[in-house]
Amino acid sequence: MKKRSLIPILYIAFLMLPIYWLVAMSFKTTNEILSGFSLFPQTFTLENYVTIFTDPTWYWGYINSIIYVTMNTVLSVCVALPAAYAFSRYRFLGDKQLFFWLLTNRMAPAAVFALPFFQLYSSIHLFDTYLAVALAHTLFNVPLAVWILEGFMRGIPKELDETAYVDGYSFPRFFVTIFLPNIKAGVGVAAFFCFMFSWVEMLLAKTLTAVEAKPIAAVMTRTASSAGYELGLLAAAGTLTIIPGAIVIWFVRNYIARGFAMGRV
Amino acid sequence: MRTENQKAWFFVLPVLALVAFNALVPMMTVVNYSVQETFGNNQFFWEGLGWFEQILRSDRFQAALGRQFLFTFLILIIEVPLGIIVALSMPRKGFWVPVCLVLMALPMLIPWNVVGSMWNIFTLPKIGLMGYFLNDVLGINYDMTQQPLSAWITVIVMDVWHWTSLVVLLCYAGLVSIPDAYYQAAKIDGASPWSVFRYIQLPKMKTVLTIAILLRFMDSFNIYTEPFVLTGGGPGNSTTLLSIDLVKIALGQFDLGPAAAMSLIYFAITLLVSWVFYTLMTKDDAQ
Repeated sequence: MKKRSLIPILYIAFLMLPIYWLVAMSFKTTNEILSGFSLFPQTFTLENYVTIFTDPTWYWGYINSIIYVTMNTVLSVCVALPAAYAFSRYRFLGDKQLFFWLLTNRMAPAAVFALPFFQLYSSIHLFDTYLAVALAHTLFNVPLAVWILEGFMRGIPKELDETAYVDGYSFPRFFVTIFLPNIKAGVGVAAFFCFMFSWVEMLLAKTLTAVEAKPIAAVMTRTASSAGYELGLLAAAGTLTIIPGAIVIWFVRNYIARGFAMGRV
Repeated sequence: MRTENQKAWFFVLPVLALVAFNALVPMMTVVNYSVQETFGNNQFFWEGLGWFEQILRSDRFQAALGRQFLFTFLILIIEVPLGIIVALSMPRKGFWVPVCLVLMALPMLIPWNVVGSMWNIFTLPKIGLMGYFLNDVLGINYDMTQQPLSAWITVIVMDVWHWTSLVVLLCYAGLVSIPDAYYQAAKIDGASPWSVFRYIQLPKMKTVLTIAILLRFMDSFNIYTEPFVLTGGGPGNSTTLLSIDLVKIALGQFDLGPAAAMSLIYFAITLLVSWVFYTLMTKDDAQ
């Protein structure tokens, strides 16, 4: 039994090493980083974090990212809910083809869409707004949300719907008061995935913004190239981007395994 | 089980409108560019399939495609078995399960450019933990800004670090859905660990493994941000994967025609391979 648990421990250690290094770097002074190797910060400093929390371009980067990610999550889950219900309950003309077509959008390389997206959103005057990024990210998040929710909804027996109708529930009332509470876990997992993919995606977010809605990633690349090579600052900014993900994942920890299987086990 | 109802289309309409707006309009823009030549000033000339021919014949595209297939192949043969092994050795219940799962999922929630920066800091010679350890402790000459092999190893290890957990979590979900009775029956029959794996665990993991392999194929084939931040495609062109090359042509050189033709070829290859994978892996179910 003991030998067996060695593999997960080694694996997690491997995962944690680069993260540890990033966090350790963020507490070092630039002098210490450039002067050579040290496993722990010798002169512990919070200077890098102070810079981030006092400079508006830095902290607005985070706020911008969180705003468009939240907008995208709400939008994706809201439009995906009725669609997933339709796919899980009814057969209709072209349903299979439509479902497959939705999934093909998950396969499209983001690099292919970067330039056309820039032109599309510029032409409708949405360039450099939160809405542009939130809408662009629905390209891969909506299909994913439909897929996950459909998996969870299939697990709910159809008798539930029929009983509710017999009891005189209208469809909207049934959907909100009876059906939704039953697929709570699915909604949570779908929201989690939308959050995750919108939060980690950077190519489109960077292409579609300039000043007003600039995500944290763009701020980071600018710092890396313009202000010399401030590794400590870069590390601190990177460390802060891990925190929202860690918080969100803690909320869904009990559904995480099933969630990653998209409700399909 | 599902009833026929054409009104269900109304439920799908919002999704359809949103995705069509995001997918069809840009796609048509790409198709448009791919058959035209432009000299600026918004003047376009019909070019036919010339760009497609030029891209398919160019050494540059073929080399990038070759590197891309090698990369994806290496990723799949490392991450899938490793993921299965870790999932099999994980505890099934108890306090440590959620802790393990959260820690394992953490790399996937880090923005992709941060993943690149993180590995850059980690592997710097003299400064980074891995760079220092390999160069100064083990005496291996390792510098990914100079040596193509080092750069390749770093990019692969980074992806293994980033995405193996996806395979682990999917397989784990499949494994916990196996009832205890199966294992008890296997024990009574005196089944070896290998046959338990081959005849109980592997079949139960089949659906989730299909999802895992498909997702890993698509995402590794479309990878852009992490290797771009880490190596920028270098040294030379050694780690210039398809997406990196495409962005170089489209946004760097602004050659819209060739870039658009390349986009379509790229997308078609992704779709085709995904479809072949999917049909092969679900063939047994249909029979």
